[in-house]
Amino acid sequence: MSRELRLGLFAVSAAGLGSLLLWAVAGLPDFGHYHGAYGTTLNSVAVGERHATNVVAAVVFDYRGFDTLGEEFILFGSVIGVALLLRDVREESHRPRDEMRSDAVRLLGLGFAGALLVLGLYVVAHGYLTPGGGFQGGVVLAAAFALVYLGGEYRAYRQLTPLPVVDLAGGIGAGGYALIGVVSLLLGTAFLHNFGPLGTTGSLASAGSIPFLNLAVALEVSAAFVLLFTEFLEELAVTRVETER
Amino acid sequence: MIPLQAAVILLVALGALATALTREVVRLALVASFYALTLVVFFLVLQAPDVALSELVVGAVGFPLVIVVAIVLQRGDG
Repeated sequence: MSRELRLGLFAVSAAGLGSLLLWAVAGLPDFGHYHGAYGTTLNSVAVGERHATNVVAAVVFDYRGFDTLGEEFILFGSVIGVALLLRDVREESHRPRDEMRSDAVRLLGLGFAGALLVLGLYVVAHGYLTPGGGFQGGVVLAAAFALVYLGGEYRAYRQLTPLPVVDLAGGIGAGGYALIGVVSLLLGTAFLHNFGPLGTTGSLASAGSIPFLNLAVALEVSAAFVLLFTEFLEELAVTRVETER
Repeated sequence: MIPLQAAVILLVALGALATALTREVVRLALVASFYALTLVVFFLVLQAPDVALSELVVGAVGFPLVIVVAIVLQRGDG
């Protein structure tokens, strides 16, 4: 195909795509004018029906709980894939000491690791009361462990996150979520339908089964991300040993 | 649209442009992390703190970390 022909083809398709995009953008609702009926309805009924002051958590762990089951297993499946691919080709090797030598980085990194751990636990625990929840808090918890590696050393990171414990936590989180759904079925309601006492709105003991689903997701997500970091860092360390020989 | 929202949208657009124009991969990981930070501010301004928190930990911390490790692996210089 000659240069002129290709440029002509590009000009025609770019003009077509451009006009389609313009048409689509012109048809969007005005900025700040929300048209979703479900969102408006849920905002007005969720706090009264479920006693969860964070409506996002009520949607994710209750009204739309089945979607979250799928999302949780997407993460679970992809991390298992990473572990299977990377663990297969890896050989056991002795580990060199790789502690961070800069005092400033050590102090900041390890200092923030503790603060981040507390923040993560807070975000998980209050997931159905204030912004946050199992997913966000779980990733924050995993980031706290990553900081132990970044500011400290790999050995300390691995001692804090023994693989059998991490594997177990991930499995319990993923399986626990599905099991709570089965409890709903046994109680004669729909899969993942909210059960248990709804408690006082705004207190930690509220929102029925949402706190348990929240906790299961937090376990699964933090374990999945720790496992992901471990598998990648393990690769890095193997390369480091090989190049030093 | 209030001025604050307009300013943050402009910031996000600049971040996206910078990410698209960066060619060097290590620099790209840092610029992408910064772009995620501009998105965090955007979600906060639009009153979606849940989304902002997810974007912060995944976009600004998790994603660059995995990318940097992958770059180091690919170069094979530990």
